[in-house]
Amino acid sequence: MRRLLQAMIVMLVVALLAFTLFRFVGDPINQMVGIETSIEEREALRERLGLNDPIPVQFARFIQSAVQFDFGTSYQFRQPVSDLFLKRIPATLELSFASAVFALVVGIPMGIYAGLNRESWVSKVFLSVSLVGISLPTFFIGILLIFFFSVNLQWLPSFGRGEVVEIGSWWTTGFLTASGLKALILPSITLGLYQMTLIMRLIRAEMLEVIRTDYIKFARARGLPDRLVHFRHALKNTLVPVITITGLQLGAIIAFATITETVFQWPGMGLMFLQAVQNVDIPIMSAYLLLTAFLFVSINFVVDILYFLIDPRLRIERA
Amino acid sequence: MSNKSFFVTALMLGCMGGTAAQAETLKYAFQGTLNQLDPYSLNETFTLGALGNAYEGLTRRGADLQIEPALAERWEVIEPNRWRFYLRQGVKFHNGNDFTAEDVAFSAERVRAEGSDLGTRINAEATVEIVDDYTVDFVLPGPNPILHYEWDTWYIMDKDWTEANDAVSVTSASDTTPNYAALNANGTGPFKIASHEPGVKTVYEKFDGWWDTATHNLDGVEFTPIGSDATRVAALLSGELDMVYPIPVQDVKRVNDNAGTQALTGPELRTIFLGMDQMRDELLYSDVKGKNPFKDVRVRKAFYQSIDIEAIKAKVMRDLSTPAALMISPFLYARAGEFERYPYDPDAAKALLAEAGYPDGFTVSMDCPNDRYVNDEAICQAVAAMLARVGVTVDLVAQPKAKYFAKVLASGGYDTSFYLLGWTPGSFDSWNILENLIQCRDEAGKGGAFNLGGYCNADVDALKDQILVENDPEKRDALIAQAYTIANDEVSHIPLHQQGLAWGVADGVELAQRADNQFVFRFVTKN
Amino acid sequence: MSNVSTDKTETAAAGMLARMVDSDIFHSFLKSKVTVIAAIGTAVLFLLAFFAPLIAPHDPFDLATISILDARVPPMWMEYADPRFVLGTDDQGRDLLSGIFYGMRISLIVGFCSVIAAAILGITLGLVAGYMGGRVDAVIMRIADIQLTFPAILIALLIDGAARGIFGALDREVFSFYILIFSLALSFWVQYARTVRGSTMVEKNKEYVQAARVIGIPAIIIMVRHILPNVTGPVLVIATINLALAIVTEATLSFLGVGMPPTQPSLGTLIAIGNDFLYSGEWWIAIFPGLALALLVLNVNLLGDWLRDALNPKLR
Repeated sequence: MRRLLQAMIVMLVVALLAFTLFRFVGDPINQMVGIETSIEEREALRERLGLNDPIPVQFARFIQSAVQFDFGTSYQFRQPVSDLFLKRIPATLELSFASAVFALVVGIPMGIYAGLNRESWVSKVFLSVSLVGISLPTFFIGILLIFFFSVNLQWLPSFGRGEVVEIGSWWTTGFLTASGLKALILPSITLGLYQMTLIMRLIRAEMLEVIRTDYIKFARARGLPDRLVHFRHALKNTLVPVITITGLQLGAIIAFATITETVFQWPGMGLMFLQAVQNVDIPIMSAYLLLTAFLFVSINFVVDILYFLIDPRLRIERA
Repeated sequence: MSNKSFFVTALMLGCMGGTAAQAETLKYAFQGTLNQLDPYSLNETFTLGALGNAYEGLTRRGADLQIEPALAERWEVIEPNRWRFYLRQGVKFHNGNDFTAEDVAFSAERVRAEGSDLGTRINAEATVEIVDDYTVDFVLPGPNPILHYEWDTWYIMDKDWTEANDAVSVTSASDTTPNYAALNANGTGPFKIASHEPGVKTVYEKFDGWWDTATHNLDGVEFTPIGSDATRVAALLSGELDMVYPIPVQDVKRVNDNAGTQALTGPELRTIFLGMDQMRDELLYSDVKGKNPFKDVRVRKAFYQSIDIEAIKAKVMRDLSTPAALMISPFLYARAGEFERYPYDPDAAKALLAEAGYPDGFTVSMDCPNDRYVNDEAICQAVAAMLARVGVTVDLVAQPKAKYFAKVLASGGYDTSFYLLGWTPGSFDSWNILENLIQCRDEAGKGGAFNLGGYCNADVDALKDQILVENDPEKRDALIAQAYTIANDEVSHIPLHQQGLAWGVADGVELAQRADNQFVFRFVTKN
Repeated sequence: MSNVSTDKTETAAAGMLARMVDSDIFHSFLKSKVTVIAAIGTAVLFLLAFFAPLIAPHDPFDLATISILDARVPPMWMEYADPRFVLGTDDQGRDLLSGIFYGMRISLIVGFCSVIAAAILGITLGLVAGYMGGRVDAVIMRIADIQLTFPAILIALLIDGAARGIFGALDREVFSFYILIFSLALSFWVQYARTVRGSTMVEKNKEYVQAARVIGIPAIIIMVRHILPNVTGPVLVIATINLALAIVTEATLSFLGVGMPPTQPSLGTLIAIGNDFLYSGEWWIAIFPGLALALLVLNVNLLGDWLRDALNPKLR
């Protein structure tokens, strides 16, 4: 209960911080009108939007509507922000999901291999190559991928989600069409590369530790085959931290999807957010921040509870 | 747009072996988004251009930008203050409604209503009189020879449709409920807007009931905004799109070398120029204290002459620019050819600076956008390097447009000493330049609101007022020449160039590249 | 981003630091060829960056010496090359080789300063949170939660604007530099705080700390003298990762137009600029700085890897 209250306060502070900082990002009015619009008209618009009110007043107004899930109307699109977000959420979630899958499916086997064969040159190549991947900025990796796979080889699309299918009234998915799946490949790799490296290294480190434990030594002594020992016993032990971290990284993925979405013109929340920053679309920026704050807070909350459930020592300590 | 059943039908059509082979859909991308569909919400080239395929004005502009009749068949000035427009008969809106004088009168009110960004299209004091169903009179408070110059982008809306959908008030950002007209369109133009997902995709469909003979062969058009330059070019090179614009000047060659695509280049109307704060007694951002060096015409001229515009053209713009001697494109002013740039001459510039009392130069900050004009930041960097050679140290402040404009425009208190800006006169006429960029202003921006440097000469202003009401073209051009000559002699600004247009087009697509950078679907054919 | 990745190994390593500064580490260092190569590589890159003004053939920051007419000259082994520019020039006519040396210098300084600032902030808050516990801990950790909500990119965008709004006119070049460091430090401190807090909570209950407390040593001295040395291991590991991360993040910020000013390009700025010229055949503008950045980050990370393994007692 106290945790919940704290979470609420965190959200409030995020909103307040965001709000006070936004006014310095630029002047929304210039982005909303043509360049020839007179100063008087600009001033009138500013007044109508309530931008001349003191920050606390604006903030109170914002919170008052936000608790009713009304985040105002986007300055650019002249549409309710909540509608816009609902339309964009599926794109971001699917991209995040695909990149997480990529990170796990590639990262775990590589990590296991590198952990079991610590001295082999293949593991060293894995480690180094994965580092090269993260030592280049995301936007650069994205552009390079587009350059090779879209422009030169023409295998994969360079932008967008491809053909999407509507499920229910508000979810759209690219998982059900060939073009949708193809469109997912490059952005997921770009976004997932960092997480893949992270997971691989984590698994490797865990593996290195686990295979030295008495438990594994005992299993081996019992004469169980290597493969069984590695996958049944060792891997299982390494997965717990990996799962927690994947959960936490999901939040990070969503936050860092902004750049990937911008490079690939992926119609998700991150793209909308960066465009909002460029155009000083305050309602979208605030809603996005509140949404990510909510995401982080709830993930942290869940992870804390998980820790509590997994690690009995913590339970005793609290009691 | 892409619901399940649509997808299934599309698949079936595909399986049946292209029965719809005639169906030509054009897919194109632009760097910015089409935010909303209300034709009076944003006075901006791309938005108006994109909406101009669905909506039409009383006039329109052809491929060469000449004004031609559209919803009005012809017009005449029956008294100096009274213009009569004869409307085209038998025109239908996309929803089947008839186009009549009522719609024109309604649109004239709506475009001047609160929240409209196109209020300047019609003088607030002008009145609209309906003579009969197909004749409308505009009664003006004074003569205005350029009344209809911007009417190609004053689109006529359907009165009944707008009223029925409760969209009479112009879509404004302060609205709390979405305006119907912001999400739907009902014009008379050659294309209907079938679906619009702001910032994601807009789909147009051919309108069969269009009044004019279609010269295009498109059944539909799909627009996607792609913000990243590299991605946009990649989408064209990979064959995913039929047309993208703009393409960065450095990629023109690549697009041309690529099999299946070519770059279309041409001059644009926008003039890029530098301005200097000549108003304050001391510059905000300079090491010169107690006086303002830019108040001295010799300093302004020295800056002018230290810029090697040909080098900028060759290296930064890759020859895709036209060095400018005037603040207006030569296409928009008949006598532009009489003007010449001050020659590039760093030694003369140094001498001028020394004469003005700055033999060792001085330091000044320069404000520059980095995502607004073609290679804006690179131009500023090149200017900074060129000024460094005559001893002037430029501290370059390049920032995204949202911040840049917030700083340098009136709302930011003209917070700049030296800046780069671009301007296209909306009316394609010099008066617009004199009014907005060269006219005197006060500190709050009354007067020449975009004269950021605050250049001021009462003679130029007097000429400007004469130009507005002068109906004789020749006399008018002479007055304009006089005004420009004064401004040039006093180096009110440093014009740099008209930037070039660069569009990337897939082979088989024919189109007209208009110098106002509007992409007009009715000129397109695709094979 | 990787706040949790390190938690695990570090807590374990924490207690072992004392034993580590001896020859054991050296031994494991010399044993690994990769590490030795990485160490030499790092040293060379650092020296190049540090002595850039002495080594570089041109001064890319001196606008008066660069000419737009030299723009986009290809590297010397290609056609139309200019012997003055070994690796060619960028779009403004800056010598790329010199640009890389100077840019690396800026990237490293930004990286180091932000890592140090983040570490100081994070360690202090982590120590306090872990040691005091209770309400103080809750407040600090909730601040950390808030912090996580704001990605570095956003912080930089906001702070850049806010700072200019508050301080008005300042020397742009120095100014962007501080904004960058401040933004990066603000987004990275949480990792240190979390790690240090964890280790502190473990250490706090150990007998030697209890004993110190009993004999009346003030909390601050206990923290600095007794607990701090025990958490330096994990902190070092995070720092090496973060140094790389900071440099890459700075590059991304340049891409968004809020990094170092174009007249004083960092490695990231050079890549962001060169990004525009990939399709037009002037690949060297992006690729050479990209290679330099990759080399730098790779070397630093390999050292970090080794450090992580070497500091982990379970792996001996």
